[in-house]
Amino acid sequence: MSMPFYVSPEQLMQDKAEYARKGISRGKSIVTLEFAGGILLIAENPSKSLQKIGEIYDRIAFAGVGKFSEFDQLRKIGVRYADTRGYAYSRDDVRGKALANAYSQVIGETFTREMKPLEVEIIVAEVGDPRFVGHEENSIYRVRFDGSISDEHGFCVIGGNAEPLEAQLQSSFQEDMDLAAVVRAGRDALGRAENGDPDLGAANLEVCLLEREHEGRKFRRLPQDEVAGLLA
Amino acid sequence: MFFRNGYSGWRSGYQGSSFIELLGEDAQHLAPNFEALAQGSIEEIPHGTTVCSFKFSDGVVMAGDRLATAGHSVASREVQKVFATDAHSMIAIAGAAGPAIEMARVLSVELEHYEKIEGERLELDGKANKLSQMIRQNLPAAMQGLAVVPLFAGYDLRRRVGRIWQYDITGGRYEEGNAETSGSGGLYAQEHIKKTWREGMSSQDALDVAVGAITAAADEDRATGGIDFDRGIFPIVNVCTEAGITRATDDEVRASYERLRS
Repeated sequence: MSMPFYVSPEQLMQDKAEYARKGISRGKSIVTLEFAGGILLIAENPSKSLQKIGEIYDRIAFAGVGKFSEFDQLRKIGVRYADTRGYAYSRDDVRGKALANAYSQVIGETFTREMKPLEVEIIVAEVGDPRFVGHEENSIYRVRFDGSISDEHGFCVIGGNAEPLEAQLQSSFQEDMDLAAVVRAGRDALGRAENGDPDLGAANLEVCLLEREHEGRKFRRLPQDEVAGLLA
Repeated sequence: MFFRNGYSGWRSGYQGSSFIELLGEDAQHLAPNFEALAQGSIEEIPHGTTVCSFKFSDGVVMAGDRLATAGHSVASREVQKVFATDAHSMIAIAGAAGPAIEMARVLSVELEHYEKIEGERLELDGKANKLSQMIRQNLPAAMQGLAVVPLFAGYDLRRRVGRIWQYDITGGRYEEGNAETSGSGGLYAQEHIKKTWREGMSSQDALDVAVGAITAAADEDRATGGIDFDRGIFPIVNVCTEAGITRATDDEVRASYERLRS
């Protein structure tokens, strides 16, 4: 009979955290920025089919870094959750806060219970709508690999290279930028990342918006030529 | 559901891209059960009446009156019978209002759900086929008198044309040529469209044909509502082109009616 070695819980958690961090740091970062017209999500992504940013519901978008199969599965869980909730209650009852908390639960549980933690970090962004009382403000939630959740304002970066990018945005970010300015700010931040390409062009960018003034579903994926036009 | 109370693995549960199947497997208490609706008294359930759809130069038009009747009484004067199911497709319902409206709602969630999960939209054929399955599911209720017989139309972005389908209560799906109508006043609407429809009509002419068809049907069929000037209730006319779906405003419908009168 084999005897398992004793491993202290601290050691176990540390090992898992290190494993998850390593997995996440291999990928490129994603930047989320508030601007005058809503919220922008921008990622370096040469693939047109394997997307890192997705629509969850009318006012809610999802972005994930790390292992594609894992965050894409999380995105789908979010869509199922939101559509079911919106069908059972009303479209206005689907809120980013509840979704982000649910993500935090599921990622945190996996971190403690499973051998292998999820190698992901995600953003749940919800654009405010001035027409609905109590829904006016934007919210950006960031959930880390261990399930810890935080509420971000202005801008937020996830991925391996997040800290230097955040420092860079700290100086370049302004409130209420227009669309062209905010796309440029996002591109410049991504381009200055440690593993980033300084001449990042529209062909290698995935750019999505939550447009506050849009009726109904506010999520929009910008086509490549529109991004090129904004960067020109 | 999806995010479970009590841990059971984050990958568990339904994995496909259909919202209806998702409800069936993971949220059965929410799954639409049209059969249960059939238990009530048929006479008292509001019935819908005249809807029509036809092609024009840029796509397809779909229109419906606003009246719902239960037996010989008015159940509602401003019921909605024409719904956009997504950016390029729409459904018009004639038949028992409760199950039909629910079916339109489930279909639109189904299409949106597929689009978000898969990252691309269903083809127009795929959407029309999905509706067939939903009507077939409703068959037991249909046999008890709660038939749901919709029209489905949309703009096919691949073929770049407007297309129209008619259904029967068994889910049979028949693609129509240029125009189709449904409901108790459908015959009268059909007559009007036959007389006034022309190949390659402009959108304004198409609006006139739609408003004319609904008013003609309202004139002959007691269960169809025309324009209600006293209450300011106008038929719904949706126009679907490559750019998406727009609903004609009440003023546009009024102007069209005045053109027809003059």
